[in-house]
Amino acid sequence: MSLNIVVLAKQVPDTRNVGKEAMTPQGTVNRAALPAIVNPEDLNALELALRLKDSHPGSVITIVTMGLPKAAEVLREGLYRGADRGILVTDRAMAGADSLATSYVLSQTIRKIGVPDFVICGRQAIDGDTAQVGPQVAEKLGLNQVTYVEQVDELKDNSIIVTRRIDGGVEKVKAPLPLLLTVTGSAAPCRPRNAKLLMKYKRALAPSEKPATGLPHAEEYEKKPYLTLTQWGVPEVEADLAQCGLAGSPTKVKSVQSVVFKTKESKHLGSSDAEIENLIVELLESHTIG
Amino acid sequence: MANHYTEHPELRFELNHPLMKRIVELKERDFRDKDEYDTAPLDFEDAMDNYDRVLDIVGEISGTIIADNAEGVDIEGPHHEGCRVRYASGTQRNLDAMVSAGLNGMTMPRRYNGLNFPIMPYTMCAELVAASDAGFGNIWSLQDCIETLYEFGNEEQHARFIPRVSEGATMSMDLTEPDAGSDLQSVMLKATFDEAENCWRLNGVKRFITNGDADIHLVLARSEEGTTDGRGLSMFIYDKRDGGVDVRRIEHKLGIHGSPTCELVYKNAKAELCGSTRMGLIKYVMALMNGARLGIAAQSVGLSQAVYNEGLAYAREREQFGKPIIEIPAVYEMLANIKAKLDAGRALLYHTARCVDIYKTLEDTSRERKLTPEERNEMKLYNKLADSLTPLAKGMNSEYCNQNAYDALQIHGGSGFMMDYPIQRYVRDARITSIYEGTTQLQVVAAIRFVTNGSYLAQMREHEAAEVSEAMKPLQLQARNMADRFEEAVNRVKELNNQEYQDICARSLVEMAADTLMLHFLLYNATKAPELFEKSARVYGRIVHTEVAKHHAFVMSLSPEDLDAYRHA
Repeated sequence: MSLNIVVLAKQVPDTRNVGKEAMTPQGTVNRAALPAIVNPEDLNALELALRLKDSHPGSVITIVTMGLPKAAEVLREGLYRGADRGILVTDRAMAGADSLATSYVLSQTIRKIGVPDFVICGRQAIDGDTAQVGPQVAEKLGLNQVTYVEQVDELKDNSIIVTRRIDGGVEKVKAPLPLLLTVTGSAAPCRPRNAKLLMKYKRALAPSEKPATGLPHAEEYEKKPYLTLTQWGVPEVEADLAQCGLAGSPTKVKSVQSVVFKTKESKHLGSSDAEIENLIVELLESHTIG
Repeated sequence: MANHYTEHPELRFELNHPLMKRIVELKERDFRDKDEYDTAPLDFEDAMDNYDRVLDIVGEISGTIIADNAEGVDIEGPHHEGCRVRYASGTQRNLDAMVSAGLNGMTMPRRYNGLNFPIMPYTMCAELVAASDAGFGNIWSLQDCIETLYEFGNEEQHARFIPRVSEGATMSMDLTEPDAGSDLQSVMLKATFDEAENCWRLNGVKRFITNGDADIHLVLARSEEGTTDGRGLSMFIYDKRDGGVDVRRIEHKLGIHGSPTCELVYKNAKAELCGSTRMGLIKYVMALMNGARLGIAAQSVGLSQAVYNEGLAYAREREQFGKPIIEIPAVYEMLANIKAKLDAGRALLYHTARCVDIYKTLEDTSRERKLTPEERNEMKLYNKLADSLTPLAKGMNSEYCNQNAYDALQIHGGSGFMMDYPIQRYVRDARITSIYEGTTQLQVVAAIRFVTNGSYLAQMREHEAAEVSEAMKPLQLQARNMADRFEEAVNRVKELNNQEYQDICARSLVEMAADTLMLHFLLYNATKAPELFEKSARVYGRIVHTEVAKHHAFVMSLSPEDLDAYRHA
């Protein structure tokens, strides 16, 4: 059985080695001071996808990223490791998107590709740490989802058994396809870039990355279609402008603070609706959300 | 994320040497592959960019995966299960990472799924890998045995074996036996032709075989019954899939624990001839060993870099007498000496690799078309240079990495003697480099003819005419003075015309030549990139000034009559 897999990946500032200049005096992230990298857990997601491809030859992995044109680097990093194609979703109208607007655009993109067997993404990004985009995409597409996935144990007869990393242990979950998985950092690390794939794709560019004139080796792009990455905007993904970018983002950031959590401040919740409702009320009252 | 390549700008400097222009042109045959292969470079800059990017991958794998696994591999070591070897789990993960990154068959042509890289960047990859785990370096670097199969095997063998190596099949060179170590002429493993099956059969024992349970073996065996010397030996290819070779034991070693050193029993093992009979030792093993020696030189340089990093980090962090010990002259002098020997040895290594590249690519071209007279001269010139520099690169770098490991451990004080710091592993791993693939003493044997035939002296004299920076001119003058002393010592040895006396002076003479040539290479580097090499050039200038004076005094004061005091037989 060959699989269609979409991997969602995000370019993020490397917040793991934060120096003094990481924040601007205004309290926002100083993106210039932090190198742009592929969100670490998205690489775990890519590895999970690549392993599915290894065990199911003929599978196709499409790596999708939404962001500025320079986020195409995420796609190249995916291609260097074995993804089959990359799609950059970029549009001025998508700027300033929160998790809701992001998941809307990504779900539209996946609809456009055609709903695959698997959508796989990292659990959360190291810049926003919301862990919301994956689950929201699943909801918008009406897909089943399994979060915190660590590994695939078995895949047969259109259903999968995966191991989830949960507090205090692991859980084995069986789910039917199509399915969205979010992958944790405790999953297998991503394989290194492959020398041949790197030499093949190193010149691959999204149309918006190409200079108007003086593109080196321009003739190569005529000969080798794979050197031009797919790039979609609002019209291509048939998005409703009101749900994109700032317009579609109810989240407003009031300020950013550096907070160090201590273990004693953590709180365990059961899964009952009442307990979750109580928490939401608590968070609303403290203006943490809303 | 740690990256052994990008963290050390000296490497990128060595990669970008002007001779690379010629090497790439020859290796890529004027870029004829570009329309056929997605991975082929379009021009010189593109090729160099490929090398740089692939080195970046290797630097990352070596700085993360291999470095992280190194301690576990050292403790676990390989497992002897039945008649087979199972690598330490970390070794297997390292190998999987390298294979998944497509870093096998690196120098092989694209038609065999290789990367068609020159020896020079490949050698740099070997250095990077060895800097994290010298033992794993062996397993990965043994892929260069395929060079010998490519050079001497037939096309049908190329098509069967090279693509497998490119896909990650491992290799070994099965040369030594219990009674044939340095003296390979005594190899007894028996090869007989099996008329019924139309194949060769191997019977006997090999000992100290690195990665002895490899997928594809090159085996030195006696095909000519009744012979006792090197002329009766041939080279065979053994494919593990055919079976017939058992691993009888894995040696327990002082260092390079990740690299399984095996005793092998050949029980009527099916094998095929590589090249012609009788040429095994005199031609093919010599080629094989030259490649392997460059590999050990690279391993040694990697180890020197690793111990420098360890010594530097410890000296910065450790405080005594109210300050970091790196501020203490006795400590920073040791660090400066390590770095100087590292930079000088590395310059020699890559200069040698570039010479090998030029003559080997020309040699390979000559299999496709007749070389022009200019090309033939170029090939001969670089072949001679490579032959003269390879034993120096192996001999000096392996000795240097031991000296450097000793000093770097010394910087650690008592902590260095504990098993808690990685420096102890590097000290143990370094020790083999001056022994295997020909001891330092055998490198001297290989190098001495270039002392007596004037080849080294001619190279020194040529370098003396090179344009160097104003700052380096005094050191260039000093190098001339060193060459004069070398010439004087060589003349004395020649005049006395006593073989035993020459043999005992040989090491001094060879080291004088190496010291002087390395100083020249470093002067070149310091002229081009003073910010990277000027300090090392100054320090190295002092080291070799005293070294050459010492060797000179030894040779000049020693007479054949003195030899009796040395004899212990």
